[in-house]
Amino acid sequence: MESLNFVYDLLGKNIVAYILLALLPMAFLLPYALVAILGELKISAWIQERLGPMRTGWKGVLQPIAEVVKLLQKEDITPAAVNKPLFNLAPFVMFAGAYAAYAVIPFSSKFVPVNINIGLFYVFAISAFGVIAIVMGGWASNNKYSLLGAMRAAAQMISYEIPIAVAILAIATLAGSLDMQEIIYQQGGGFWNWNIFGGPGAITKIWVIPFTVTLFLIYFIGSLAETNRVPFDIPEGESEIVAGYHTEYSGMKFAMFFFAEYSNMFIVSAIITILFLGGWQSPFGDFLNGPVWQAFWFVSKAMLFVFLQIWLRWTLPRLRVDQLMYVTWKVMLPIAFVAFFAVALWAMIK
Amino acid sequence: MSETKTFEIDFGKVYSERMRLNVGPQHPSTHGVLRLEVELEGEVVTEVVPHIGYLHRCFEKHAENVTYPQVIPYIDRMDYISSMNNEFPYVLGMEKLLGIEVPEKVQYIRVICAELNRIANHQIAIATFGLDSGAFTPFLYYFRDREMIITLFEKLSGGRLLYNYFWIGGLMHDVHPTFVEDCLEIVKQVRKTNDEALDLLMYNKIFIERTANIGILPADVAINYGCSGPVLRGSGVPYDLRKVEPYSIYDKFDFDVVVGKGEMGTVGDCWDRNIVRVREIYESCKIIEQAIQQMPKEPCDVRQAVPKRIKPPVGEFYCRAENPKGELGFYIISDGSPKPTRVRARATSFVNLSVLPEISKGYMIADLIMILGSLDIVLGEIDR
Repeated sequence: MESLNFVYDLLGKNIVAYILLALLPMAFLLPYALVAILGELKISAWIQERLGPMRTGWKGVLQPIAEVVKLLQKEDITPAAVNKPLFNLAPFVMFAGAYAAYAVIPFSSKFVPVNINIGLFYVFAISAFGVIAIVMGGWASNNKYSLLGAMRAAAQMISYEIPIAVAILAIATLAGSLDMQEIIYQQGGGFWNWNIFGGPGAITKIWVIPFTVTLFLIYFIGSLAETNRVPFDIPEGESEIVAGYHTEYSGMKFAMFFFAEYSNMFIVSAIITILFLGGWQSPFGDFLNGPVWQAFWFVSKAMLFVFLQIWLRWTLPRLRVDQLMYVTWKVMLPIAFVAFFAVALWAMIK
Repeated sequence: MSETKTFEIDFGKVYSERMRLNVGPQHPSTHGVLRLEVELEGEVVTEVVPHIGYLHRCFEKHAENVTYPQVIPYIDRMDYISSMNNEFPYVLGMEKLLGIEVPEKVQYIRVICAELNRIANHQIAIATFGLDSGAFTPFLYYFRDREMIITLFEKLSGGRLLYNYFWIGGLMHDVHPTFVEDCLEIVKQVRKTNDEALDLLMYNKIFIERTANIGILPADVAINYGCSGPVLRGSGVPYDLRKVEPYSIYDKFDFDVVVGKGEMGTVGDCWDRNIVRVREIYESCKIIEQAIQQMPKEPCDVRQAVPKRIKPPVGEFYCRAENPKGELGFYIISDGSPKPTRVRARATSFVNLSVLPEISKGYMIADLIMILGSLDIVLGEIDR
């Protein structure tokens, strides 16, 4: 919190200062969402040999703003047969879960909104909010497609949290901490000290690298399921259940779900960066490792994974719901346990 | 129909009911305005009832009130994505009835157009099948190529979808000067994209998981239901009217009948039906290349055999041809007047759709969509 003390110095410890602090992640989130939407539009277009949006601004760069304005102008329809309180609340719960996680994401060694010693655990817990929101929205919509989508989402997101948790646990064991800053500090001194390469240690760490890479892959696959992206976009699989849990949503409420999805994409990418790729640490040791450069490294590493998620979305088909469960329980979980065991062993003997 | 199950748990009794779900008529994946009444137990489909008729346009009744050549535009609108192929059995049957001998060049142009349209149809079928499984990108690759075929047809006939190009006794116009080069370029591009799609879609692990061993249609069931085209050939039955009773000049070409072999799962599953379409595109390319080689180079009057007045003798006849979707036939009754007394169409999609309730029970709702996609139906032909 030290880095934000200037707000209190300026305004004093009152409600205005608290609201201002709470809105601070928006300063990152809004530009990020616009860039990610433009990225989704343009990358999908390039993959499919199209041009993508070209009319709004230079080469269509203003298209995301046009989309947001369009969504704001849309009529906000609440169908007659829905459970109104739950229906109206669900998008905000979804967004709250996605937004609250930004409270602990360290962008550089100097800019950390809140540095708590169980940061990883906090992110993991708060992002489970999304499941509640999806089930709420799906159930309250009073639509059979929404209900199917919500049921799928609940099963999928809870199942996939288990291999993810094992992967996080392994890194926590390796670092001996759940504090994100601590985990990142330990990975300093060049990219060979990143946790994907077994963390800092002598050359003998080479045997643990296959296991950490496995954990990295498990976390990445699990995070795709966590954010409902292809090939795990089963809760909203548009060819089967129309739009899944958000079939009945329109206008700004739909935009909230949409915004939360993009926000979640960055969160999981940020966590994967922190856990495995050294967070804000420069890949070249102390070279270019000032606080601003650290923010640059952090955002570029995270955006690389956002790009990967977009790339996969426009390449792969979708799995079926039972195949998804098979993958998580019978493939990823046993492998995650084996890798966890190996990493824990390394953490013990190193 | 719906049964209630009761479970005793610690807190009291819990009732579970099967859910009836209306898939369509407004649904992204019903390939038109089809309504499927589905009964679900959880995600598992226990019953499917297709409801049709949302696109009924009285084709057969219309046909009784227009003259024989005027029926052709209506035939175009049946299976609106393979119009050239729809016209083929009708004009062939009428020519046989009237005893018209059409020039050789017309025959070749007809075969080339029919095969190009077969490619276009299969491209849509494979692309939308990929779309059903969530793969969006191959869809656009195929549509980009289909655009070339559509543009060629536009040069030929002026229409992009509904051509009215085959006339009884000839064609509407002769081909444009660059026809042969255009065709060869299309064939080259189609082959290239097809190779790409095989990599991107057909041999994708996730796609195989989604389609292999799903919606298995055994050969005997397929024959009993009267299925034809890739649906029947996917079940391993080498039945293709172009080979079985070669109409027009199909006996002059060397091509193979593609059948499903159960490479990824069981014979007759969704993957087999789809790979038949992918490989038939290659066969159609072969036919087009041979036809272009054999086609007479000198220009000819394609309308020379078109009769001024069509008054067929009293009688009734059935004419059929291999549509991209299967066997398309017309049963026509003539009373000697310029208008047909009765035109009845044996619509391929209608017959192929009837097998859906049989093969989709016990699979999940996501599989039902895949099975429907693998049947490759067009509602314009089902409802007529």
